Amino acid sequence: MNFDLTNDQKMLQEEVRKFAQTELAPLAPEIDKSGEFPWSNIKKMAHMGLLGVIVPEQYGGSGFDFVSLAIAVEEISRACASTGVIVAVNNSLAAYPILQFGSEDQKMRYLPPLCNGEKIGAFGLTEPDAGSDVAAMESTARLEGDCYVLNGTKRFITNAGEAGTFVVFAYTNKELKHKGISAFIVERDTPGFSLGKHEDLMGIRATANCELIFEDVKIPKENLLSKEGEGFKICMNTLDVSRIDIGAQAVGIAQAALDEAIKYSKERKAFGQPICNFEMIQSMIAEMASKIQAARLLVHYAGYCKDKGMQRFSKESAMSKYYASDIAVDVARKAVQIHGGYGYSRDYAVERLYRDAKILELYEGTSEVQKIVIARELTR
Amino acid sequence: MDLIVCIKRVPQTAEAEVKIDSSGKDIVRDRLTFDMNEADSYALEAAILLKEKFGGTITALSLGTADAEDTLRIALAKGADSAIRIRAEEFVELDGFKTAALLKEVIKDIKFDAIFTGCMATDDSYYQVGPVLAELLRVGHATLVSKVEVADGKAQVNRELEGGLIEHLEMSLPAVFAVQTGINEPRYASLIAIRRAAGKEIRVVGKEDISLELKSNSTLEELFLPPVGKRAEILSGSTDEISAKAATIIKEKGLI
Repeated sequence: MNFDLTNDQKMLQEEVRKFAQTELAPLAPEIDKSGEFPWSNIKKMAHMGLLGVIVPEQYGGSGFDFVSLAIAVEEISRACASTGVIVAVNNSLAAYPILQFGSEDQKMRYLPPLCNGEKIGAFGLTEPDAGSDVAAMESTARLEGDCYVLNGTKRFITNAGEAGTFVVFAYTNKELKHKGISAFIVERDTPGFSLGKHEDLMGIRATANCELIFEDVKIPKENLLSKEGEGFKICMNTLDVSRIDIGAQAVGIAQAALDEAIKYSKERKAFGQPICNFEMIQSMIAEMASKIQAARLLVHYAGYCKDKGMQRFSKESAMSKYYASDIAVDVARKAVQIHGGYGYSRDYAVERLYRDAKILELYEGTSEVQKIVIARELTR
Repeated sequence: MDLIVCIKRVPQTAEAEVKIDSSGKDIVRDRLTFDMNEADSYALEAAILLKEKFGGTITALSLGTADAEDTLRIALAKGADSAIRIRAEEFVELDGFKTAALLKEVIKDIKFDAIFTGCMATDDSYYQVGPVLAELLRVGHATLVSKVEVADGKAQVNRELEGGLIEHLEMSLPAVFAVQTGINEPRYASLIAIRRAAGKEIRVVGKEDISLELKSNSTLEELFLPPVGKRAEILSGSTDEISAKAATIIKEKGLI
């Protein structure tokens, strides 16, 4: 049993924290207001190797493991939740499925631009009428000669408005139900592919969350990921990995809320003394800190399971995502409570953090879906 | 060019709440974060820029306890080729003079064209290590350095003086440059470089390697926080009202 980070993980944590607090944190309130995609910071992160943390060096990445990615996503999200999920999606929802299921040609072609910031990645799974129920998707791809012809609409796609490379899911054979879903790599400039509504979200407002519209989009056959009918497996395997990073994002947001709450409680005076002296405030701070540490350990453990090569870690991944999301919302709510009326003002970071936290319980599988995954694994 | 950069790992006290420990001679360190001394990170960047231009090597050197190795590894990830730690735990009363003398004992066996240090460390603010080190090595030095360029074996050096003045010097090498903050943009270490640096060996030297018997020139007697004054008054009102009140107070006190 060893809770120590390795030398390179410690260095990564220290350097990413410094980078995030210096370069990302000052921009967080601004891009929350404007909704502007933080390209300048994304380029800096590409330079550091943060866009391809888990991608091996031969494909342009940094060659770190999944615990390291979680550490990086936590530190980035602690400074800016929007930037945190942009990085998480690029790494684990776009680069990872290509790395895990792509052919050598696909890896050589699509991974370097995703790592060097030339292109940002997105993951086209959710549809207007198909969220938790993946198999209810309506998008189709039918083979015509050398191309698949893709039709359908995807909704709530993080990074979509600015992305260049998309991993998209569609039915190649609807009769086979979920075994008829296939995954494709789709490039932004393919004719017939357009962007729909830009979502005006409550939190993580700088993530270019957009609708994708595919109208007779011809995708070359060689852009099929793995084989026909493998889409559902690819999607579930990818989500097992990406949920660890949403857990890490949750820990980062919660840690930021706790940092703010502690700082404020020491500065703010009531009844002649700092409010951190009051037991009800202390109780909240103690609960927040304990829950964050528990969530962080769950996240690191899920990453460790993946790094160790465990074939099934759906339960560990779902637990980390479910618990960390749950406590992040709770911790952010308490941080607002500790700030009193000021916490409800846009002048204070906790107001943003509370809004940012809520998405964690909804995307990449709602908390209810995580509980289904956990319970099924325990009762099968 | 063969360059040496002297690096100190210091507590980040700029925005932290600083408390004095029970000895009365040190601050409470357990809740502070530690990092490369700010001016040293500019010194390192200045050295890396020269190495990128002329080739050569950079040796990062730190007098510190074991965790200074984390800081040295970051220096390796950013561009240093080798790193040496002098075990600070084996030496006592490390004032500016003694620190410089210990650094010199290691540096005297290394071939170098220039040594870069930060002009000061944010924890003790002695401003001494660069100049004393240069004297002990019998080479020239410049403090408050804002620019170093090298051509034809000479260094063109700018120093930042009070009142916005810049002093330009031509200096022969080898020399010691104690650099000012803000003179370049210290890079972040890339993840790949971090991974490579994590496994690199750091040479550690201690009392057994340094035969020097040294007395400190000064002894730290006490560290304290000055009592908080009670004269502060926070003015409220509109900007115009606040300005008027401030002007009245300044006049009343006879300051203008």
